[in-house]
Amino acid sequence: MNSLSDSAWSALELLFHCDPVLWSIVGRSLWVSLLACSMACTAGVVLGAWLGVARFAGRDALLTVLNTLLALPSVVVGLLVYLLLSRSGPLGFLGWLFSIKAMVLAQAVLVLPVVTALTRQCVEDAERNHGEQLQSLGAQTWVRSLLLAWDERYALLTVLIAAFGRAVSEVGAVMVVGGNIEGFTRVMTTAIALETSKGDLPLALALGLVLLAVVLVLNVGISVVRRWRQGVDGAINSPVHGVTL
Amino acid sequence: MTQPILQLQQVTLTFGAHPALRDIQLSIQAGERVALVGANGSGKSTLLRVAHGLLPASQGQVLPLAGKRQAMVFQRPHMFRTSVLRVVVWGLWLQGVHWSQAHTLAAQALQRVGLQDAAHRSAPTLSGGQQQRLALARAWALQPDVLLLDEPTSSLDPHAKREVERLLADWLDASQATLLFSSHNLGQVKRLATRVVYLEAGRVLADLPVDHFFNHSLVHSHPEAHLFLKGELL
Repeated sequence: MNSLSDSAWSALELLFHCDPVLWSIVGRSLWVSLLACSMACTAGVVLGAWLGVARFAGRDALLTVLNTLLALPSVVVGLLVYLLLSRSGPLGFLGWLFSIKAMVLAQAVLVLPVVTALTRQCVEDAERNHGEQLQSLGAQTWVRSLLLAWDERYALLTVLIAAFGRAVSEVGAVMVVGGNIEGFTRVMTTAIALETSKGDLPLALALGLVLLAVVLVLNVGISVVRRWRQGVDGAINSPVHGVTL
Repeated sequence: MTQPILQLQQVTLTFGAHPALRDIQLSIQAGERVALVGANGSGKSTLLRVAHGLLPASQGQVLPLAGKRQAMVFQRPHMFRTSVLRVVVWGLWLQGVHWSQAHTLAAQALQRVGLQDAAHRSAPTLSGGQQQRLALARAWALQPDVLLLDEPTSSLDPHAKREVERLLADWLDASQATLLFSSHNLGQVKRLATRVVYLEAGRVLADLPVDHFFNHSLVHSHPEAHLFLKGELL
């Protein structure tokens, strides 16, 4: 117990004394996840919206693959990106391995199926209910998918927040492609894993608290969006109910 | 006789093994007000969707007169999560109307249905009657030659129902547009239609002027149609 309380006390000291190592890790972590989510969400929302409306041969098979990718372990994503970026890999010439860019790419790959699948479901439901109306007004597939995505923007906002939660809290992929290099590619999750194995519990605990706080803020954000949406149009139909670590 | 504004020639539509429309032959002249009536599942809504091009016919042809515009109002119109004004503006914009001109036309359409004071309210917060008036405004702003309505007042209270009917009748009188609508409300059919098409199990059983329809021996001799007219299948 003493060890736990001592560690917790030391962790709080690190937090409140603005320990530069701790806050640089936090900043890097948020930056990597923010960049990854920006890329994945831009592509995922457009692709998901299109998949929600378009009908073509092989669509069911594609959706099965997409839904399978939802359960892709992050360490497997890390391995695939590692193979792509390794010196002998097809993208080896970029020289991104063990860099922030590689971590952003890995997190983007990890989050892309989540955003795409949830957007697809959301837009497909909207298409089922309102697609005829838009078709009647002359909207073709692309316009219809983008308009429906815009119309479901409050639901999609919660998807984006959930995607950020998934990115910031994953450890496997960034560990494999980033290498957990101190001061360079070390982020919250990889630092927690390392410091725990080294026995430096105060820093691991402090980072854990920050990570929990980030997820708490995201969940509060989702809740606020849902309440705001309820106020705006009296309807809540979000496919996402919260962020989990 | 002039060329029909909308023609359906031997139109058949099947969903899987289930025939929803069978050999429909319908020819509508400009300015006619045609009511589609029949029990639930008789094919009224499906026929409207085929006529509007939302569903492709399995067999036969739908021939709208070239250059004539259509607009459709649904039973429960979708309101975008935006302002009342923008709901109409978006409809116009999708039809290729320039954004600034669309604003002017939308404001005029809202004035016509009495929603000008609600122009900047959120559309989904309107009442059912107001939403249906907004849907009419969106359709009218397109200045259609043929207006298709799928049970436009079925979910409205009597007051809102009469209000929508009044707006429709005024607009039809002023524009001479063609109306094709489905309804379960026989009173409404008498008030709005000049011609009635009675459907049963996807077939046209009777196609008569409105005055003849309610007295015609063919309709009354048919058991299902008789029950429908007595109000037992409404």
